Amino acid sequence: MARRRPPALTIAAALCGLLLIIAIAFATGQYPVRSADLLRVLWSWAGGGPHGLDPTLDTVVLQIRGPRVMAALLVGAALAAAGAAYQSLFRNPLVSPDILGVSAGAAVGAVLGIFLSLGAVAMQSFAFAGGLVAVGLVYLVAKTVRGHDPLLVLVLAGVVLGSLLAACVALMKYLADPYNQLPAITFWLLGSLAATDQRDLWIAAPLLLAGLLPLWLLRWRINVLSLDDEEARALGVHTGRVRLLVIVGATLMTSAAVAISGVVGWIGLVIPHFARLLTGPDFARLLPVAVLLGAAFLVAVDTLARSVASIEIPLGVLTAFVGTPLFLWQLATARRGWQ
Amino acid sequence: MRLTANDLAFGYRDHPVGSGVTLELVAGEVLCLLGPNGSGKTTLFKTLLGLLPPQGGAVWLDGTDVQTMTRSAVARQVSYVPQAHAAFFPYTVREVVLMGRTSHMGLFAAPSARDYAASIAAIRRMGLEHLTHATYTRISGGERQLVLIARALAQDARMVVMDEPTANLDFGNQVRVLERIRALADDGIGVLLSTHAPDHAFLCADRVAMLVQGELVACGTPEEEITAQRLRQLYGIDVAVTAVTLADARRRNVCLPLGTFG
Repeated sequence: MARRRPPALTIAAALCGLLLIIAIAFATGQYPVRSADLLRVLWSWAGGGPHGLDPTLDTVVLQIRGPRVMAALLVGAALAAAGAAYQSLFRNPLVSPDILGVSAGAAVGAVLGIFLSLGAVAMQSFAFAGGLVAVGLVYLVAKTVRGHDPLLVLVLAGVVLGSLLAACVALMKYLADPYNQLPAITFWLLGSLAATDQRDLWIAAPLLLAGLLPLWLLRWRINVLSLDDEEARALGVHTGRVRLLVIVGATLMTSAAVAISGVVGWIGLVIPHFARLLTGPDFARLLPVAVLLGAAFLVAVDTLARSVASIEIPLGVLTAFVGTPLFLWQLATARRGWQ
Repeated sequence: MRLTANDLAFGYRDHPVGSGVTLELVAGEVLCLLGPNGSGKTTLFKTLLGLLPPQGGAVWLDGTDVQTMTRSAVARQVSYVPQAHAAFFPYTVREVVLMGRTSHMGLFAAPSARDYAASIAAIRRMGLEHLTHATYTRISGGERQLVLIARALAQDARMVVMDEPTANLDFGNQVRVLERIRALADDGIGVLLSTHAPDHAFLCADRVAMLVQGELVACGTPEEEITAQRLRQLYGIDVAVTAVTLADARRRNVCLPLGTFG
């Protein structure tokens, strides 16, 4: 028998965990912000009158730490949601949001932006567009190839195009100016939220929500998509269209996330798996928990990244260092995630 | 309600499997399809369900070409029971049966109270209450087959196409599944099933069709069509078909493979 906690309880627990981690994130750093002060600053920011505290708090909460925590929250949530959707879509718990080449495409865009010495805004736009274009190309290639399992062709096209894009990145790294551009490229490819400001959030958040919406709306159809393709069609699902909608949503989210954070691997692969252990595979329950866990995990890791050492530790490095032991421990103690 | 194939050619563009199949399934009857391995039974079923485009001819559902219908419109009228398989994720039995309700839900909808009620009713109809919350990936192959039939019932279609529903079942479960199939037809559902045991046709079928290398070689009542000669044509072995008298004086045909045994 499958013993599963009531979904509301799991979500409530995950939400409490997230809030706690956010509180810790604000309390960590050169200028610790207590939770009570944080709430008063936010209240005042939202139009609730002056808070009468040290004005430095405003700068720390609203300009420096707040945007960074918010960005970690959004990026973590987006990567986890996209990963959860792709794992159901491709019927494989080892699939990550990168499978169709979105990160590789975004990397080409961002690296091109750095290579051409464009500004931060242009670089982020390039990264966002690069992700969309890469997945669009993969989809078109897979669409024109007929007579094979459509999912297999998609994955193969994604892998092949992804490696081509990786070669493009390598070429630009090789040609880049080794004193300014190469460190910037390397830094971007390792992922960081250090440079995030409020403007990034105002652009990225609507894109992330727009990508999340189809995933939530199609939550039941995504369950059925995890069956064999012909079986799903016999159950009344127009698999091609639903799959396209899911890919569009997940790609929008991942591209927007990667554009502000750089490449942060691992979350989209493993957080959905954690969430599935808690909720079972039903996507309607899985998605909210994956979103909360992904957000909590990246806020926690980003807090560590800026606090454990005197220099910033790259996010992509730390997610793997923190996540792998956690994942192995889960794998050893639970066996309910997949078959 | 009737599902009709008219001079149907089926298979894949570069790999035709069969042709010239004319077949009709009427609500309330059991039609049993016999044929050796590789004769095209599954491909024919997928074409009848509109999952594969016909390579010639057409499939009609009460006068409407299946190819012109939306997937959910077809699914509301014809359900499909594939061969029991391993699922990719550990859904509960109830979740698997609920998936049968998909064609009754809107594109963005989640299962409603009505869908839950229908799936519970289907689970009960198959006698699977004790497995409602079990994990589909952890139950036996026979139980999975019954769950897939329950899912087809939850789909609430007047026609059910079953691909070898008795494969992988033990002797008792084979008979139980055939009993359920007969009961479904008596409730007004049309059932098209394939099987490798001609005896199953004697047990539950109103009509039997035989497929050899993609062509129908016979279609009629089991008593008329299942003969030693036909079975030799289908399977290439010697079979004796005899009538036995049961304790209550009923008579029933059985197939006895002779082969080259002493």
